[in-house]
Amino acid sequence: MQIKECTAARLAEELGLETVVSADPERRVCCGYAGDLLSWVMGRAPVDCAWVTVMSNVNVVAVATLADVGCVILAENAELDEDAAEKARAVGINVYRTAMPVFEVCAKIANRG
Amino acid sequence: MSELLTLKYTVHGDNFTGAGEASVSMKRELRQLGFDANVIRRAAIAMYEGEINMVIHAEGGEAEVIISEDRIEIILRDEGPGIANVELAMKDGFSTAQDNIRALGFGAGMGLPNMKRYSDDMRIETEIGKGTTVYMTILSDSPKNAL
Repeated sequence: MQIKECTAARLAEELGLETVVSADPERRVCCGYAGDLLSWVMGRAPVDCAWVTVMSNVNVVAVATLADVGCVILAENAELDEDAAEKARAVGINVYRTAMPVFEVCAKIANRG
Repeated sequence: MSELLTLKYTVHGDNFTGAGEASVSMKRELRQLGFDANVIRRAAIAMYEGEINMVIHAEGGEAEVIISEDRIEIILRDEGPGIANVELAMKDGFSTAQDNIRALGFGAGMGLPNMKRYSDDMRIETEIGKGTTVYMTILSDSPKNAL
């Protein structure tokens, strides 16, 4: 779903997200996507999207890199493994975190106009 | 068309967290060579699914990427158990992966279908007990770039 274009850092600020890895805060974000099945996400997530998920293992970072997503938002306080955080910093993937459930994060992204 | 570069990688079967390194490296090379972003994305996704398959099913293998101006050819070779029924394996949702793999977000039976979806040509050679080789071609100029 298309949203009003902004930077990853701006989106995180507007939604009140906790910053886990700020590897490329000026990265463009122009749409949203939600999903936990990595093969599904990799095949369908649009370029430059904010990807909302509860998956938090190191493969999430690989998928985000390969699918060119703008940032990863971990919902329901999903915790990123340390090796995943290290990898995200190395490859330039922004990761944010929130206690909100996936649906609520998506609703907020959609409603920001 | 002249060959620009050949890349070779070893995919380690015991290292699920390392899966993706070959794909990320290939992606970087393709970007440096100036390929279109959609072509790079298709090649990277197809390659990563192949890497994951080799880790899940075949205890790793070898990946070779032959890059030419008009195409990227990816060859994935493993010495795993082979695929008993290729037609069935190609169906969306068919999987023989274990629960621990599913818990990581894989094993949903989308690997091979994704590889076919994102490549312009895909061919599988497999022999039970010997291994599998997957050949994929991603063309620079393709209607699939709009995917």
